[in-house]
Amino acid sequence: MASPETLQKLKERFPEAEISEFRGQHRAVVPAGIVHDVLKFLKEDVGLALIIDITCVDYLYYPNAKDRFGVVYIVGHPETAERMIIKTFVNDPQPTLPTVTDLWEGANWLEREVWDMFGIRFEGHPDLRRILLPEDFQDHPLRKDYPLQGRGERHNIPVVTRDLG
Amino acid sequence: MPLEKSTTYIPKDEAQEYLWTMNFGPQHPATHTTLRLILKLEGERVVDADCDIGYLHSGFEKLAEHLNYNQYVTITDRMNYVSPMANNVAWHLAVEKLLGIEVPPRCQYLRVIVAELARIADHLVCNAAVGLDTGAFTFFMYAFNPREMIYDIFEALCGARFTNSYTRVGGLMYDASPKAIELIREFVKRFPRALDDMERLLTRNRIFIDRTKGIGVLTKEEAINRGVTGPVARASGVTRDLRKDEPYLAYKDFDFQICCAQAGDCYARYLVRMAEMRESLKIIQQAIENLPPGPVNVAVSERIALPEKWQVTSTIEGLITHFELIMSNRGFEVPCEEVYCATESPNGELGFYIVGDGSPYAYRARCRPPSFVHFALFPHLIRGHTLSDVVAVLGSLNIIAAELDR
Repeated sequence: MASPETLQKLKERFPEAEISEFRGQHRAVVPAGIVHDVLKFLKEDVGLALIIDITCVDYLYYPNAKDRFGVVYIVGHPETAERMIIKTFVNDPQPTLPTVTDLWEGANWLEREVWDMFGIRFEGHPDLRRILLPEDFQDHPLRKDYPLQGRGERHNIPVVTRDLG
Repeated sequence: MPLEKSTTYIPKDEAQEYLWTMNFGPQHPATHTTLRLILKLEGERVVDADCDIGYLHSGFEKLAEHLNYNQYVTITDRMNYVSPMANNVAWHLAVEKLLGIEVPPRCQYLRVIVAELARIADHLVCNAAVGLDTGAFTFFMYAFNPREMIYDIFEALCGARFTNSYTRVGGLMYDASPKAIELIREFVKRFPRALDDMERLLTRNRIFIDRTKGIGVLTKEEAINRGVTGPVARASGVTRDLRKDEPYLAYKDFDFQICCAQAGDCYARYLVRMAEMRESLKIIQQAIENLPPGPVNVAVSERIALPEKWQVTSTIEGLITHFELIMSNRGFEVPCEEVYCATESPNGELGFYIVGDGSPYAYRARCRPPSFVHFALFPHLIRGHTLSDVVAVLGSLNIIAAELDR
């Protein structure tokens, strides 16, 4: 939940942010162009200085969805329970967002994981490599059009046979 | 004497040709789990470290989209396998938040008890591992003794020692039996002595202090900037603890304190974990003495938890609820909404971001793993220390690779 002052400040500074509430949690949907400014504002002027999570949702098969990827930033206050969810949408063919590693060091690996799993490129990221999957992996497996069983990656691993004779 | 952190001369990239590159892991006893470090060494001093993770990646988040809200609890067991109960509680708390239900008081108390027992088990393993890696083998044995008692309690509660899967949406698998409650009481009685023994063995041990004090220092500003939570952050002076700040379950009923330290080094992390075990024990003691009577599952009319057998056979509501939940084309009614719910797991903030799409399967279930965020710190903490400090820093961050890679 976010305090009323935070919401007030956010509304005044960024009138284009759509703020909604669900089960006591506040969420602001902002255009992709200003997401860096919003997070910078929340960090420096409001005090939500803790990056809790960066993740992504692929809305490909979601009912009534208009955009493909929703990138979710969860920021929190380091001393209170105040927490805010910032969400922005990006689309194919080249989903790109500005990096927030200049604001938080901790965003580095979180953004790398989003790149690895969803293929969303973060402009200006110092080290945007795959993190969980091998370097030569082709797909981004948490996308909805990637099948659960994979595309044969496991079956095509070369088998090293040892000649015991 | 612990070596001073070298700040004077760190070679640049082009001048690094004379440096040793050492591969640490992925199979090494001191990594405890499967992870790999590529260390750049100047003599015995670590100049830089690169972390290579993903060896245990098993697609848990993808699986969450194909298992329903009750089935997925078996996967959460396998995330942080040192404290699976805490993951079970975190997962179902998030699901219940999405569904908008609140579990009965008895269930809340039992969940608090198992989560705190899991915290004690996790801290015991973590501190024991730090001790073991820095040469204190006896301490390791002293720590694993009470851990065995905790596993006996879990076995009495749900039949499984390790992969518990104890929680269900809207309740628990079973109510606690009198035998389990007796075991918990006995644990509360016996554990303080074991903890005293452990503290006497290691807390003022000269060798251990030399190996851990001043090693891997994390300042408060850096801890916040890098999103660190849990005991690692509290050892650096961050006071954030979700049990106090945002009391979920029944935590607001209990009297306990947040344990913090200022130093931010490996030794401070050890002390914070030791102190937290005592506080957890206080919570367990209060919870078990004030355990409310009543059901552990939500009412049948909510159509969330499976009814009891007698309700299925002798009441029409029970029969209908059972049918609705069991048939594969029915199941939970979930709103098309998204929710983030976090708990204070033994390692830090363990959160689940769940997107519901109306079906009994999560559209997306993101796990915010504390180990992942903490392991990103490692190169920062180890720079300038010696090779033998690698194991101390790694142990004190309590990296669980299954949670790291998911």
